[in-house]
Parts: sequence; structure tokens; C-alpha cells
Amino acid sequence: MIDARFETYVSDTLRYDELLDRSGEVRAHWRPLIDALASSGADAVQSGVDLARRLIVENGVTYNVYADPKGRDRPWVLDPLPILLTAAEWREIELGVAQRAQLLDAMLADIYGPQRLLTDGTIPAEVPFGHPNFLWPCHGIKPAGGHWLHVYAVDISRSADGRWWAIADRTQTPSGPGYALENRQIVSRVFPDLVGDFGVRSLGGFFVALRDSLLRHAPDAQTPLAVVLTPGAFNETYFEHAYLARQLGLPLVEGHDLTVRGDTVYLKTLGGLRRVHAILRRLDDDFCDPVELRADSALGVPGLIGVVRAGRVVIGNGLGSGVLESAAWMGFMPAAAERLLGQTLRLPSVATWWCGERLALDYVLANLERLVIKPAYPNQTFRAVFGLDLNAAARVDLARRLRAQPHAYVAQERLAFSQAPVWHSGGGRGGGDGRANGRGDPGFSARALGIRVYAVATPSGYRVMPGGLARIASDAADIVSMQRGGGSKDVWVLAPDRRFTEEGDAASAGPRPVARHDDLPSRLAENLYWLGRYSERCEGKARLLRATLRVRPNAVLWAEVQATCAHFVAPSLFDGAHPLGLCSDLQRLAWCAAQARSRMSAQNWRAIGVLQREFQDAARVRRDARETLDALLLSLVGLAGFALDDMTQDDGWRLMMVGRRLERLQFLAELLSQRLRGGDTPGQSELEWLLDIGDSTITYRTRYLAAPRLGPTMDLLVFDQTNPRGLAFQWQSIEHSLVRVAVSLGGQPDDSLDAAVALVGEMQLSDIEGDSARAVRARQGLAEQLQGLCAASGSLSDRLSLKHFSLIDEGIRTVAA
Amino acid sequence: MRYRVRHQTVYHYGGNVAHSHQLLHLGPRDLTNQLCHSRSITLNPEPSTQREDIDAFGNFATRLEYDLPHDRLEVLAEAAVEVRPPGDAVATESAAWEEVRDALNYSGEPMTAGHLDACRFRMESSIVPVKQVFSDYAADCFVQGRPLLSGAESLMHKIHRDFSYAPGSTHIRTRVVEAFAARRGVCQDFAHIMLACLRSRGLAARYVSGYLRTMPPPGVDAAWLGADASHAWVSVFSPPFGWIDLDPTNDVRVGTDHIVIAWGRDFGDVSPLRGVIVGGGRHRLSVRVSVLAE
Repeated sequence: MIDARFETYVSDTLRYDELLDRSGEVRAHWRPLIDALASSGADAVQSGVDLARRLIVENGVTYNVYADPKGRDRPWVLDPLPILLTAAEWREIELGVAQRAQLLDAMLADIYGPQRLLTDGTIPAEVPFGHPNFLWPCHGIKPAGGHWLHVYAVDISRSADGRWWAIADRTQTPSGPGYALENRQIVSRVFPDLVGDFGVRSLGGFFVALRDSLLRHAPDAQTPLAVVLTPGAFNETYFEHAYLARQLGLPLVEGHDLTVRGDTVYLKTLGGLRRVHAILRRLDDDFCDPVELRADSALGVPGLIGVVRAGRVVIGNGLGSGVLESAAWMGFMPAAAERLLGQTLRLPSVATWWCGERLALDYVLANLERLVIKPAYPNQTFRAVFGLDLNAAARVDLARRLRAQPHAYVAQERLAFSQAPVWHSGGGRGGGDGRANGRGDPGFSARALGIRVYAVATPSGYRVMPGGLARIASDAADIVSMQRGGGSKDVWVLAPDRRFTEEGDAASAGPRPVARHDDLPSRLAENLYWLGRYSERCEGKARLLRATLRVRPNAVLWAEVQATCAHFVAPSLFDGAHPLGLCSDLQRLAWCAAQARSRMSAQNWRAIGVLQREFQDAARVRRDARETLDALLLSLVGLAGFALDDMTQDDGWRLMMVGRRLERLQFLAELLSQRLRGGDTPGQSELEWLLDIGDSTITYRTRYLAAPRLGPTMDLLVFDQTNPRGLAFQWQSIEHSLVRVAVSLGGQPDDSLDAAVALVGEMQLSDIEGDSARAVRARQGLAEQLQGLCAASGSLSDRLSLKHFSLIDEGIRTVAA
Repeated sequence: MRYRVRHQTVYHYGGNVAHSHQLLHLGPRDLTNQLCHSRSITLNPEPSTQREDIDAFGNFATRLEYDLPHDRLEVLAEAAVEVRPPGDAVATESAAWEEVRDALNYSGEPMTAGHLDACRFRMESSIVPVKQVFSDYAADCFVQGRPLLSGAESLMHKIHRDFSYAPGSTHIRTRVVEAFAARRGVCQDFAHIMLACLRSRGLAARYVSGYLRTMPPPGVDAAWLGADASHAWVSVFSPPFGWIDLDPTNDVRVGTDHIVIAWGRDFGDVSPLRGVIVGGGRHRLSVRVSVLAE
């Protein structure tokens, strides 16, 4: 035993142990890590685990962001103790994975081309032709750039003798490289010294190579544009799409951000249509083009296949590459490797029998209890089963199914995956299943392990990411999957020696810039604009409510302000259903933020998450309203700070700031207009209330050193150009931003506000106080002009939408006759 | 037999369509027994781009793009086609159905181009499911050792007998299993159901989209079902004769009354018009077909 924390780590003679050798000694390459843990004290691991968990929550690393409004997004699960692999061991894996990628790429070229492997009997026709991802419209396509497979992933595991086996190939849109990088970043913070001390190989070069793989073939004359295509914020791995886009420095787009005109696919940007040269897609094969593929999909890009056919866009991975995602292929890969590459397959697949072969079916039927039976095609309803788990009746039923449609089933040898130490925090929470640790104390226990390894196409062959995404089973079973609630680990590939340098890190990024400022998708700009508006709307409402709670004892005013409040915001703070409620606006804010997430820093995104969570918690326990509003305002002011200091100040940002200013202008102008409309002179409490809502109480006090009067209050809230909360400041900022946007995108700045601003500017405050008819008229006149300013703000918003967001389609429909 | 075919499709959109892509399968194929002397497509309005192609199944495909607002689209496909009687294929002389099935199954041996072509049409497709119920339904047609074409013709008779032809009871998206359970449908459903039965038995069969000769006005003869619109039937791979076309809606082996436009695994591969539009609101569709013998 290493120390007390490993008391619960039990070796299993039927499995390979990543940590311990046959005699129970720590393997040499693990020794430094274990020693470092031992010297760091008993609590160090637990605090590392806590830190990792906190970072995950704060960075918003989830497996299912905004999947439903009830917020059931599941935080990513990371066990911070990495898996260690030696340089020699890695060399073999690397060669094997690169070769598999090369083979599968060549198989795709054959299946979508001459189909020689089919005519010569190397592979069965039943497998591609029965596979839903085999896309006939793609037959005959020669992909621009030459590759079908730009990114490849393979799940590998090892058997008891320590050999690695391929368990599943991922050829369509391999998920996880972003999570692998995020894991590394978190683990590097948990064990800050170890990554450097141990010579752990870095992952960065992989992402540089990926970007290069997409853009290498763009014509030299232009600044090439590549995008990451996502199904949207409701996809289970959306976090990774946004993360990957940011990591690669590419715009994250949805199908309706792109449009096909002629032979070219374009991105709808603020500056107009911009040609797209490459698409890294996370959208499934058959969803990509509703004209030629699945007609019921609104997620795709109509006409995209035409662009691919014309060789005018590089797609990673090629449309239809999902056809190789079937266990049925595995038994045929050695022969395909001989035939296409003239090579022996280095990284073997786990023993596989495709039941479409008579002899294979006979073998499978005779050995059901030793095998895992899987569907051959991903659209089958049949779920993988262990023959051993079936009773006699179920086995007869399974045998009948196999005989009826043998080609639709595959059997695989059941592999006892290797095991590795996983921390459990004890006390029930955090993953202890009690199997290895009856006492519930914190410590390490053994879990089955699989690793997903990634490769990317480069001019010199496939390059393998030195590391990967290790996945651990949620319990003793060998089902290693995030969907089943397992966890993940970082994979540390150790450099062969101290002098080792990573090939092409950063340096090979290429001389050409890959993104321009005007690449901003219109839809993203629209979401930024509305993010600005909703942030400010929430802030305005929260200020209104808080100020109102403060005047509550004043009964006369109370009735009036309540009526005013009702105009702006729901009567109940935590009313989740009311369309004017803060809950609804906060949800809209979060939705816009989620749509614009690729543009936000981790801290900014984290702050929005925290804000949401705190308000939801407050709503759940019905926390004191004033306390809740104080906390909410603090968070919202924080968001305003991020907006100013933490975002790239391009046109999208400018439109977001216009959104903020416009919202503030409209809200305050409407509020003041409401209060002045009747012609009465607002009393002192009411002026205090207005100053409080306008966040100008302190300014007023320091400037006038007296109780508020109407004239100076209006001067401060309406005309004072130095008061960042006042109306004048808003319209000047808006004008300034619109001029900048017009300079950058061309055209004239919008002048919708000008006339109304001029009319407000003509108003005199000298007559506004007192009970004279003239004063009443002055107040009513100001109210009217402020109302005019409100209306002008509304038309400005409409015109901005028309001007900058009109490329956004109202939605596509399919028609057929 | 020489025919003149006119196939007119008009979309009346409720509002302006800002942008659209269309894929058309409207030009009749050239075959051993069918020669298309002329084929044309007239469009109103004119598209911004038009591209003629041959698709993966060898059919004529036309791709259109409209990038200017329009509230109406008229597509007129015209063709002059000569159809000759197919050769005599004596059903009882076709190969036993199990032999054909086994020959198409993977053996690890090289495969002829003809067999590989047949293999494209024997698996489940997005519209045509492969299921035990279909296999069971066809069981009495495919008794042991029966010549494939005899079995297929007997399946065609069975479907024609058991199913009622009911226009309007189904539409393009009606699922095959539903039509099968209801024992009713239109030519498209009859064809899909027959395909499901044949493929569930491991045989190769394709969906054929085409036209049926329009018969003279009422009173002269009983009108053929499926006329005055595009029609659909089935082609079954039956060695040694190759592909034999059977029309389960009319319970006939196809002779000189049918004109082939295109074939594929199911309707989805060969729908005459399919497209994606931006805008347009609700739309009304009218289709008229006339097939006149010269």
C-alpha cells in the first residue's frame, strides 16, 4: 500500500492495472506523481478535487448547457489524478492511431468513389448500403483538400496483458478534443508544478494543426474564413463547440448563419456576405443539407452539398463520413489495410464478428455468453447487450433476431478494461459506490478506463494529439461513457527526455490571419445587441424595485409608484411566469448570452452563470427581496464592467453597447415621462425615488448639498452630459457608437434619434417648478418630448435590426411535389 | 408506342419567397426499351442558376436556385418518349428466390457490377423499413424454391387484392407501416409496401417514379388508376432476366403503358420536386399531368 488513501484501491488479477505492476508495486513512471502526492499531505488530493470541481462549475464546463429551462445541465465530471503513459508506450499508440486514420480516410474515398473494396469482396455491401450515414448524394464527390477525414477519434482500451485495442472509431464529428484541452487546463491548476516537472507533452499543436488542415487549401489571394458549425445551444456538447471555436479562433455559427448562393457558401456577417472556405462541423451528416438529405431538418444549410460537389468548401469531416461508425467494419479493417495501404493493421480492433457472414453467425450463436451483441447500424432501436446477462428466454429471442436479420448485428469479445485509481470524496457524495470502500472515507478506488485519442490530417500524414480524453466507468461495469454518468481524466503523455520539444507548436500557425473583424455573424451581433438590452433592462427593473421598496413607508407615494411599477415590471419579484418579470428577463439575458457565448471570456460567462444561479436560489427559498435585489444589482454592475473591460471592442461590441444605452435611455425617459405627464409637482420623496432609480443620488448630493428639487433633478437625469446615468449621456454615446459602426461597415450613421433629441434639448427647466399654469405646461411639455424620445428609441431599434440583422432568415421550410 | 408527356407543377406562395433551392427529377431516363427523343423543363420565373446533373442512381437531376423574391413558381416538364415492349421474361423460368438472395449476400468473393448494383436496393432506407411483419406477409408468396419472379408477381397480386386504392388517405409523409396497417393508400404506398416485403425477404427491388398513359375521356374505357399525376411502381431484380417492373397498384407487369422517369431506394431519392424556401408563408400546390399516345 502506498499510503492510507490507497487502502481502498484493490488490484484485480483479471485486469491490467495502470498504477500497479503484478507484484503490487507502483509502476516506475507513476512513482514521481505518487511521491509528490504523498509529500503534499493527506488533504491535498481532496482540496485538489474540490478546486477542480469549482473550476468546472465556474468555467461553465457542462455536458448539456441550457438543454432545458429547468437547468438540468450536467457539470462535466473530472477526476484530477491523470493517467500516465510513457513515451515508448505512446509511440506505439500514436503509430497505430495515425494508421487507422489513414486507412479510414482511404476507405471513405473508396466507398464514395470507385467502390473497389465492395466489388473485390474485401468489405460487405450490406454495411455501407444499410447504414443511414451512407449518403448517396455524396457518391462521386472528390472532397476539396483531398481528405474525407480531418479529425478522427478512436476509443482504445487495454486487455489484461497490457495490449491496447480499438473499441470504436469516430469518423463523423468526433467530440471531445475541447474537453481534453479544458481538462488539461484545470488539472494544470490543480497540480501547478507537476505538468512542467514531469515533462508532460502539450496539446496545443493539435489545435494549430486542425485549423491548418481546414484552411490549407483556401486560395492564397484571400483571407480565408473557416467556421465551426454547431446544431445550436441545445446540443449536449455545445460547451465544447463554443470552446473549440474560441480555441481555434473561428466564428461559431449555426446553419442559418450560412447561405448558399451559386457554388459558394457564405457567412451572413454584419458587413454582408463573406465567403466561407472551410467548415468544421458538429452537425450530423444527414442534417447538413435539407435540399438533398433529410428534408425535415431545419438545422442545415440548403444547397451545401452543391458547394461540396463543386469543390468550393472544405468540410471536416466530409459529409457522409459517419458511415464508418459501425462495429461491423472492425473485422474487415485488417484486409482493407492490406488492400489499400499494403500494410498490417498496427492497432487491432477488439475481436469482432459481423453476423452477416454465415460462419460468423454460427460462431456467435454458439458463444453468446462470451460476447457483447451490438447493432450494426446506429439507427437501430436494439441496444448493446452482454450475452452473459441474458436468461434462457431472452437468449432464444436474441438468437431469433440474429437469424432473421443477421447483417444488422455485430458481436464483440468482452474485454476486461484496465483499471486506474479514481478519487472519491467519501461520505456518500462524489462517486463512491461503496463497493471498494464500505466505510465511506475519502480515498482512491479502482475504475475501468478507456481513452479517446484524436488525430488530425496534416500534409505529412495524420498527427496524433499527445494525450486525450480518458473516460472512467461510473461503477464496476465496463461501460465507459459520459452519457451514462461516468467521469473523465486528463492523459499525460511523458516526453521521451528533457530535450524533447513539441513539433510545430505555435510556430506553424502560418503567416495568414484566419479571422477578420467583419466576420461577425449577423445573428451573433443580434444576440450581443439583445444581451446588452436585457442586461440593462434587468438592471433598470431591479433599481426600480429596490428604490420602491425603500419608499414603502410613505403611504401616499406608495400607491402611485406601485402603478408606475406595474407598467414596467411584474408585481412579484420571483414570479417566473409573468412576461414582464425579472425572472423572464434574466432568462432572456441568459439565452442571449448562451447564443453569444463564443465571444465571452470564461470569467464573463461564469459571472452570468453565477448571477442566474443566485437568483434561482433566492427564488427557491424566497429570500428577502431587498437582499436579493442588492445581490442581483451587484452582479449586473459586474456584467457592465465585463462589457467595458473584457470584450473585444469590435462592431458586435459596439452594437451591444448601443443596446445597453438604448435600453437605459428608453427606460428612464419613459419613467420620467410617466411621472411628469399629469402636471403635478413631484414631492421630495418622489424625487429621491427617481434619483435612486436613476442611480444619481450621490451625484445629486455632492453637487447640490440639499434636498432634491425638480429643476436640478431633471437637469441631472436628462441634460447633464457628464452623468453616465443621465439621458444626454446615453444619446451621445449611441451617436458616437453608430458613427463608428458606419465607418467600419460603410453607409450613413442612423439618425432616428436626432429630431427627438433636438426637441428635448429645446426644453427649458427654468419654468418647471411651482404651481403656475406655465409650470404645469412646462412639465407636461417635457413629458411629451420624453415620450417622443422613447418612440424614437423604438424606431432606432427597428432600423438597426433591418440594417444589420436582416440577413437573418425567418426560417426555412421544405416543400415537395 | 410514342408518347408526349406534359407535367405541370405550380406553387402559389402566400407571400414572397426570398430565396430557394429546388431539386427536380423530371427528365425521363433512356433505357433498353425506352428512348427519350426530347426532354425539356420550362421555368417561370427563370431561376438565378440552373444546373443539370446525373445523380448517383443515373437519373436526370436539375438543381435550381432562386435569389430574387417571387410568389409563384411554375415548372413545366415536357418529353417525347418512345416505349418498346420489354422482352419475354417467363416468370417460372426465373431463378429460385433463395438462390438470388444468397448470391447477393456477402461472400468475401468478388462481385459483378450487376450484383453490386442490386445490393444498393435491398437494405432498409429512410422510408422503406425492413421488418419481420413484411417478411411474414410475403411468406406464402415465397415458398421454398419458388422462382423469384413468380413469387414477386404473386406478392403483387396479394397486395392488389388486400389493399384499397384510396386517394387522399395518405400524403407524401405517410409512413409505410401506417399504410400497411390500414391496408390502404396510393400508388406510392403500394410501391413502398411491396419494396418493404421484397427487401425484408433479402431481395433487391427499387422504387420507380414515372407516368402512366392517360386513357381517352370517360365512357370509353375504365380509367387507369394513377393517371393524371405522376405514378410509382416497383422494379425487382430477377436473374436471369435482370430488372422486371411490376405495378402493384394496377396489378400488371409493366409493358408499354408506363414511362420511367427515375429510380432509387424510395420516393425520397426521386421525388419529382423537392426544395427549401425562405419565406413564402402558406402555399398552394397544383399538379397536372397528361400522357398522350401519338
